[in-house]
Amino acid sequence: MSTSSTINTGPALKLPEKHYLNASYGIRSWLLTTDHKRIALLYLASVTFFFFIGGFFAMMIRLHLMSPYGTLLSADTYNRMFTMHGVTMVFFFLIPSIPAVLGNFLIPLMVGAKDLAFPKINLLSWYIYIIGGSFTLYSMMTGGLDTGWTFYTPLSTIYSNSAVAPAVVGVFITGFSSILTGLNFLVTVHTMRAPGMTWFRLPLFVWAHYATSVVMILGTPVIAITLGLAAMERVFGLGFFNPAMGGDPILFQHLFWFYSHPAVYIMILPAMGVISELIPTFARKKLFGYHFVAAASLAIAVIGFLVWAHHMFLTGQSTYAALAFSFLTFLVAIPSAVKVFNWTATLFGGSISFDTPMLYAFGFLGLFLVGGLTGLFLGCLGIDMHVHDTYFVVAHFHYIMVGGAVMGYLGGLHFWWPKITGRKYPEWLARIAALVLFVGFNLTFFPQFVLGYLGMPRRYHVYPPEFQVYNVMSTAGASILAVGYLLPMIYLMWAAFYGEVAGNNPWPATGLEWTTPSPPPTENFEVTPVVTWEAYDFHNRPELGLDVLGVPRHGGMLPAHGDD
Amino acid sequence: MSEHEHSEHIVPPSLYLVIILTLMCLTALTVAVAYIDLGRFNIVAALGIATIKATLVVLFFMHAKYSPKRTKLVIFAGIFWLIILLFMTLSDYASRVDYRGVRYPMSQNLTLTHAPRS
Amino acid sequence: MHRTGALYGQFETLEQQKETASLGMWIFLVTEVMFFGGIMLAYTINRHTYYHAFAMGSQTLSIQLGTLNTGVLLASSFTMAMAVWAAQVGKKKLIPLFLALTIVLGFIFFGVKYVEYAQKFHHHLVPGRNFDIAYCVNNPSQCEDINAKDMEKEREELTAAMEADPDLNAHAQLYYSAYFGMTGLHALHMIIGAGLLFWLLRGSLAGRFSAEWNTPVDLVGLYWHFVDIVWIYLFPLLYLIDRHK
Repeated sequence: MSTSSTINTGPALKLPEKHYLNASYGIRSWLLTTDHKRIALLYLASVTFFFFIGGFFAMMIRLHLMSPYGTLLSADTYNRMFTMHGVTMVFFFLIPSIPAVLGNFLIPLMVGAKDLAFPKINLLSWYIYIIGGSFTLYSMMTGGLDTGWTFYTPLSTIYSNSAVAPAVVGVFITGFSSILTGLNFLVTVHTMRAPGMTWFRLPLFVWAHYATSVVMILGTPVIAITLGLAAMERVFGLGFFNPAMGGDPILFQHLFWFYSHPAVYIMILPAMGVISELIPTFARKKLFGYHFVAAASLAIAVIGFLVWAHHMFLTGQSTYAALAFSFLTFLVAIPSAVKVFNWTATLFGGSISFDTPMLYAFGFLGLFLVGGLTGLFLGCLGIDMHVHDTYFVVAHFHYIMVGGAVMGYLGGLHFWWPKITGRKYPEWLARIAALVLFVGFNLTFFPQFVLGYLGMPRRYHVYPPEFQVYNVMSTAGASILAVGYLLPMIYLMWAAFYGEVAGNNPWPATGLEWTTPSPPPTENFEVTPVVTWEAYDFHNRPELGLDVLGVPRHGGMLPAHGDD
Repeated sequence: MSEHEHSEHIVPPSLYLVIILTLMCLTALTVAVAYIDLGRFNIVAALGIATIKATLVVLFFMHAKYSPKRTKLVIFAGIFWLIILLFMTLSDYASRVDYRGVRYPMSQNLTLTHAPRS
Repeated sequence: MHRTGALYGQFETLEQQKETASLGMWIFLVTEVMFFGGIMLAYTINRHTYYHAFAMGSQTLSIQLGTLNTGVLLASSFTMAMAVWAAQVGKKKLIPLFLALTIVLGFIFFGVKYVEYAQKFHHHLVPGRNFDIAYCVNNPSQCEDINAKDMEKEREELTAAMEADPDLNAHAQLYYSAYFGMTGLHALHMIIGAGLLFWLLRGSLAGRFSAEWNTPVDLVGLYWHFVDIVWIYLFPLLYLIDRHK
């Protein structure tokens, strides 16, 4: 069957004596840290917390939807469930997850710097995230809100009786966390690369985060002003979205989606960056078409800003504008497709091993493909007429965000866990968990494509009884998915303390981060590295212990199966 | 990256003085032009003069003229994205046509902005 | 990360540090451009749709006070640029002088703004329940700060506007939403700027800034100039609509 890529050679490895985790002790050394690696772990704890809160709301939705007659929750409570699920997952999990956890940890290491450009601003961005999260938690505790995560007016500004204001304030504040993270990354990549680390030697993870940061910087302020105006309208009676004063609710939607569409690229680009690291490593082959993938990241970021009104095809907006946005939506699929082709081409002729991160990468490839293609269906005006606001849309974006972004996040967590903690996770348990997750995910969301096509609307607390069988399948899948999420939470935590010591480069992989000890010292590099090799260059790096074909050297034979 | 370009080109106070006097004159001009009836070009003139003023501030007070290329790229990106936001949203409003063939709601005939009763 | 003198630990050279800080502030200013851009969009759409209401609203603003404020803010940009220059050439005693001048000009701006806002509240021109675009025209005794000539002009404008737009009172609230929204946001940014200037003033009095290291002065300068640029656009957009009638 498959072999693991770690080579069992020599005596047992030991953790380095001093590293960023034991450099100082005490809660103050964590809460007042400016070390990007510690801040990444602070974020890891917080995003995981919000993930489980969002997951709780998802559970409530799926449990309720087992019955077509809406027996578990009232209509009003159901509205609050899907709203809070969306708000928590989008703003407090998906947008920060990979950039704030993996990006923060890895970008200085990958560019060869001692830290990000602005370490104190990095810490500030975490605190801002926590404060924003607190406002939103407060909103939840005072009854939650029922407007949908999209806060459409005039429901959110005039008619809703729920805790809109604190939630809007919470999201507004958290937006600044995103902006500061993006700012830090952009400046770091521009000014803090090590000697020899030219733009085209950067790992594609860095390119992906650069593109993500461009989106964060240019898009997030617009949702800030939009929510600000909505809050002003709710509290002080300003009238831009109020038809009674001559205002236009569609203006809110334009402003909202101007950010929220690029926001989905904030969620997926980092995951694509992770995949660009995983596939070359586990195919032992240079990434095919490096320049194309780098350019595609930027193209997605730019074109992604030009398509937002495809969320508004049924609002009565101008047909001519709709045509333009539909065309641009088809255009934005092209760079994503370019990436998928390049990843696939990388696999061809490679020496593939099926370690857990690679399983997540494969999962990503298939599920992102489905999600992306169904996005094209939605971008087509005629089809969207039929499936807009149905479960087809729900399935589409969950395929991308869960099947894509979350798989990328988990794959990345597993891949870099040895670097972050110095220890390996249990490989076989991890592979089983990945499979459980994959099965659970598809069982949850594939029936939703069928439901949407058959006409079941989203955000309704009841549905026609003939749809029940698909809903029950979906709920069953959700419980399996939950197991798939709980398992890594448990074993990754366990492995952080008791896992097998990993050494500098257990995979082996080619990035600069793998040249440091695991876990790295606080200052990352004792001596500033000088880079003389290209990215993913397995062949010219004899220290990685790979032969000409990228196969681990072991007397010409592949290492024995069962490495633990 | 590029080492020596931002090594302190110091703008002399005399240039600042010229710029501020120009800005004051342009302000007076803006107000004067506002009192002349140019029809729909009033707004063009007003925004045009404002843009000249803003450009002077960016180039000289903010030293953009003497800054590295990436600063200029950042400035350009900001302006370009603002234009995307304004232009593409306005293109929706400007091309809406209701069932009567009326350009709605940005029609200047405000008796039509009431919802049609039928 | 430790500091050795002016150099923070994550940087290799002072040059790199300065470039990094400057790039960071410029990128932050781009986020501010997009932030104000959103409300500019709302303004643009509503001005076009409800031109008469916007023109009427603009009439109620004092062009004298607006022009004065514009001049004041431009002058403060000049004094701020001079403060940066003083730091760059190492004239340490001049830095606090120019910073103080900038602060004073900023406060003059606030003072004028306060007068304008107070007038709006008094004249029932704040969006909400009490809003009445015709209040001063119908109750001249309550609006004694408007002289007879201007009052006559306002009455004429109002009559013409109400003919063109039957829902003038509702739509005029959109103008004032834009007015308070945009100038309020601008004023908030100026307050933050003033706070930063006070912080700089303290540092300059303690002699912290020199030709070798003056990054905070430089960065606050960039921010202050940006706030000035916003006002450069707000002035014609809010004060100079349809003045030629």
